[in-house]
Amino acid sequence: MTTILTCPFKKLPTTSKWALRFAVQTKTKKTLAKPNIRNVVVVDGVRTPFLLSGTSYKDLMPHDLARAALTGLLHRTSVPKEVVDYIIFGTVIQEVKTSNVAREAALGAGFSDKTPAHTVTMACISANQAMTTGVGLIASGQCDVIVAGGVELMSDIPIRHSRKMRKLMLDLNKAKSMGQRLSLISKFRLNFLAPELPAVAEFSTSETMGHSADRLAAAFAVSRLEQDEYALRSHSLAKKAQDEGLLSDVVPFRVPGKDTVTKDNGIRPSSLEQMAKLKPAFIKPYGTVTAANSSFLTDGASAMYYEEKALAMGYKPKDFMYVSQDPKDQLLLGPTYATPKVLEKAGLTMNDIDAFEFHEAFSVKFWQILKAMDSDFFRNYMGRKNQGDQVGLPPLEKFNNWGGSLSLGHPFGATGCRLVMAAANRLRKEGGQYGLVAACAAGGQGHAMIVEAYPK
Amino acid sequence: MVACRAIGILSRFSAFRILRSRGYICRNFTGSSALLTRTHINYGVKGDVAVVRINSPNSKVNTLSKELHSEFTEVMNEIWASDQIRSAVLISSKPGCFIAGADINMLSACKTLQEVTQLSQEAQRILEKLEKSPKPVVAAINGSCLGGGLELAISCQYRIATKDRKTVLGVPEVLLGALPGAGGTQRLPKMVGVPAALDMMLTGRNIRADRAKKMGLVDQLVEPLGPGLKPPEERTMEYLEEVAITFAKGLADKKISPKRNKGLVEKLTAYAMTIPFVRQQVYKKVEEKVRKQTKGLYPAPLKIIDVVKTGIEQGSDAGYLSESQKFGELVMTKESKALMGLYHGQVLCKKNKFGAPQKDVKHLAILGAGLMGAGIAQVSVDKGLKTILKDATLTGLDRGQQQVFKGLNDKVKKKALTSFERDSIFSNLTGQLDYQGFEKADMVIEAVFEDLSLKHRVLKEVEAVIPDHCIFASNTSALPISEIAAVSKRPEKVIGMHYFSPVDKMQLLEIITTEKTSRDTSASAVAVGLKQGKVIIVVKDGPGFYTTRCLAPMMSEVIRILQEGVDPKKLDSLTTSFGFPVGAATLVDEVGVDVAKHVAEDLGKVFGERFGGGNPELLTQMVSKGFLGRKSGKGFYIYQEGVKRKDLNSDMDSILASLKLPPKSEVSSDEDIQFRLVTRFVNEAVMCLQEGILATPAEGDIGAVFGLGFPPCLGGPFRFVDLYGAQTIVDRLKKYEAAYGKQFTPCQLLADHANSPNKKFYQ
Repeated sequence: MTTILTCPFKKLPTTSKWALRFAVQTKTKKTLAKPNIRNVVVVDGVRTPFLLSGTSYKDLMPHDLARAALTGLLHRTSVPKEVVDYIIFGTVIQEVKTSNVAREAALGAGFSDKTPAHTVTMACISANQAMTTGVGLIASGQCDVIVAGGVELMSDIPIRHSRKMRKLMLDLNKAKSMGQRLSLISKFRLNFLAPELPAVAEFSTSETMGHSADRLAAAFAVSRLEQDEYALRSHSLAKKAQDEGLLSDVVPFRVPGKDTVTKDNGIRPSSLEQMAKLKPAFIKPYGTVTAANSSFLTDGASAMYYEEKALAMGYKPKDFMYVSQDPKDQLLLGPTYATPKVLEKAGLTMNDIDAFEFHEAFSVKFWQILKAMDSDFFRNYMGRKNQGDQVGLPPLEKFNNWGGSLSLGHPFGATGCRLVMAAANRLRKEGGQYGLVAACAAGGQGHAMIVEAYPK
Repeated sequence: MVACRAIGILSRFSAFRILRSRGYICRNFTGSSALLTRTHINYGVKGDVAVVRINSPNSKVNTLSKELHSEFTEVMNEIWASDQIRSAVLISSKPGCFIAGADINMLSACKTLQEVTQLSQEAQRILEKLEKSPKPVVAAINGSCLGGGLELAISCQYRIATKDRKTVLGVPEVLLGALPGAGGTQRLPKMVGVPAALDMMLTGRNIRADRAKKMGLVDQLVEPLGPGLKPPEERTMEYLEEVAITFAKGLADKKISPKRNKGLVEKLTAYAMTIPFVRQQVYKKVEEKVRKQTKGLYPAPLKIIDVVKTGIEQGSDAGYLSESQKFGELVMTKESKALMGLYHGQVLCKKNKFGAPQKDVKHLAILGAGLMGAGIAQVSVDKGLKTILKDATLTGLDRGQQQVFKGLNDKVKKKALTSFERDSIFSNLTGQLDYQGFEKADMVIEAVFEDLSLKHRVLKEVEAVIPDHCIFASNTSALPISEIAAVSKRPEKVIGMHYFSPVDKMQLLEIITTEKTSRDTSASAVAVGLKQGKVIIVVKDGPGFYTTRCLAPMMSEVIRILQEGVDPKKLDSLTTSFGFPVGAATLVDEVGVDVAKHVAEDLGKVFGERFGGGNPELLTQMVSKGFLGRKSGKGFYIYQEGVKRKDLNSDMDSILASLKLPPKSEVSSDEDIQFRLVTRFVNEAVMCLQEGILATPAEGDIGAVFGLGFPPCLGGPFRFVDLYGAQTIVDRLKKYEAAYGKQFTPCQLLADHANSPNKKFYQ
């Protein structure tokens, strides 16, 4: 049994028994296992097909999707439900009726009612947070078997009454006499009926993410063409992966009263010419971020099953790192900051990584990371001297090879698990040892995690 | 405590702020210049777009000087002549400044009206050529775009501005007693409509980029960028240039139209303005308002209306001619000279003559959460100073914290801050009742009651808990700092910082140094004041320092005048019509009668008959009856919550009657009353310079105008003497001396100036 690394800088003795097992490999580190800390192994993970919002899932509720992911997971792994100690889900825009969506989904999926469940939120890295929370629970000896996942249903969002209207309604509730009620009602004005949409903008800066992405593109001098090219790559690779059946984490979902959904529906490889025709979506009329080079609003859920012991197959998630920065000008720079840090912590370099799975909310994200790692930005803003050279650039041929959020979709709360499973499945398919997962999130936060193939 | 609680005393002058050069980081880019021989302007060609870069050498800001003007003409002629170039972009090389306006020194140097008019006409000519340019020119604006800078920008075919806080557009010439003299009065009304244009020109207000876009002053906005491949500022400028080039190309290819879609309201306004009757009504209304506000003391606003009118009613040729002539006339006026003098003085008082302090003040502690203490806290926290606000009671502390919050929240309402920024700024403030955390303080400012023994007690208490390097500053309006410092273990670290209420509105800070105050302590105090956004005068310690000491004799005369039976309302109107922003009687109410009494007694003891004239008994009786001014609801006037109209306090009649003195007819005309007040003020100010309380006349003028509301159109007491002649003032003083006695005796320095007419405070 191996253990996960939480202490970053200690090198494992090269004479460890793992060194013998991995003698054939040329990694700078033979394994991330660390003595005295419990081992955490991902057994398997699944996700529902990711669909454009407003399509087949539009009549569902978030816990329906989450439940589908859970049942799919049970079906895939044939693990007895009773062994699961705890369930954690991530979600971003909460359905108020099911604010602890993890619990509702677990009950509906037939898990024991003795299995506690909670929901976490951390914007686009909510599922990452669900996973790492689980890792913590296992590592600290609280639990042995965890299911973590995430869900997002953008087809239905909680649109509220205005604050004034809500106040009036609540006051009416408390009013005792008819007179009081009438005097309250007399305060009603037509504008009270104006609805309040969930904010699409960053609360602290009132800036929408697309707008921020466009500024980011300008700050890193990423052209429209570059962004379109990368988006096209993402869609083409996703299409190829889908056609070749590589997206094995997808489980079919029989939508009640509708056809069974078996695959993601947002993959639409187009042509650069067609993409060039689109108008900028955020900074008009001269911006560079368009609908084609951003991820779309997506419905979907994912779930992952992991435990302390190795059972079937396995990927050790793990060394991970959360970072946060200025939510205005560095909103989307999470992966840029987190990647070198997590590598450093694990004692690895870019060359050690066999599979990169980065969250690409916008095409510009990819270029930005590429350009940042190679520029003064590294020194000026990340307090590193020539660290850029040490870390190196993520090689394109290992980067999001089966598509990414741009093409597969980005259900905010569910993307994290998809990234980890994509990295794991790619390691299995391509025979690598380490995968690196990274994602950015609203609030200027970011997450990066290293996944290691379980030693055979 | 409250030396001058004249709210909004200089609100008209707040736009001065934009003129001073702020601490922008301005690098001089060499760029891709085609001709390195030019020092102010160079240009490079990118594709078929010429990028013209403006960069005044050795300056933080670009100003329209003669050199810049001629180089610009040269460059534009080359661009127009070139076959290779189809369009142009005009951009500054300084990230914080497009063009801050005309070079004021250039204007001041002009000796005759004709010279100034000619300058204006030259500028008009080149801008007209620019307006009619066959090749589209795009102005790419980042940072201040003011005065002639804006006039240049609106002559271009297209304007793109960054949505940065530093990007402001405006025509502040009126604040210098002039008018936009490079076609601004003619182009602005066409561009944003007559009402909006008049508003801009008459108030001189700064317009932020997003507002400018709505008004139609700029065509596109560019968001400032965060850190990326290059530092944010540098990359933002590059991005702005890139975007501007795209638009320049689009304009040249006729893919983009420079015409703007007007909104419904705008269309309606524009339509209404085509009806002569409506136009006449608008002119009339604006003129009335201007007359009421300026009381005929400022010639510029009326001339601006006149020039705009000429342009619209008689065509642009007449308009341009009138603009250049009136510009010349205005620049030669005393008012304009006074206002320009104030501008120079303000620039001077924005510098730290003591150099950089050894240690930056990062942690500030304020004692006393009253009006002043909380006000000081407010202007400190929003500049990022970690501030402790300590009071003796929870209610006092609570009130103070509320005041700070309200001040910040008002900014949110005006959209100068976001609610999020407000919260994060407010988190810099810690309210407490004890001395916890004082061990980290770099500076303590006490704003407790004006009582020497109390100040001594706090000083001792504070010195027991603060670190060695910590500076102790006392915010007092009259108590001598050396007396406060007498009980200090380290008098070199004690200094006076006299703020003016309301602190967030009044720009002045009077810093008082004693003989023992160390240079580094002074440097620190000035650095903190500058950080708080103040204009700073540094004076020597003495009873009443400078500001209070000047005000006191004038106040004594106010009492005398009231005793002579002049109605407080009449006195108010006499003082405001002389140019004071607040009437003399109202001022006493605002300051607080008890405070005025304190000061009058303290200073009266020291200065004796020179501060005599009025009988302080008047104040004593008012205090005993509880007529403390606005704060107690009654003073010379009655103050009621929510009531704007001020009624005279009829209970004052008996007090005034009991102290009544017969007026002296030879010195009691309206003009004499005004001059009795002003000459005493001026005489005392000159005395302060004579005695070395003041270091320079410029500081004296700034202190009087920004702290006490001395009429800005007169430029301050010293400028006033220079412009109107020392002899005239001495003559007046002598006349009053004959009638009243020694309080009007001209001081030696003033007499010297009168005796040798070549002697000037400003050479």
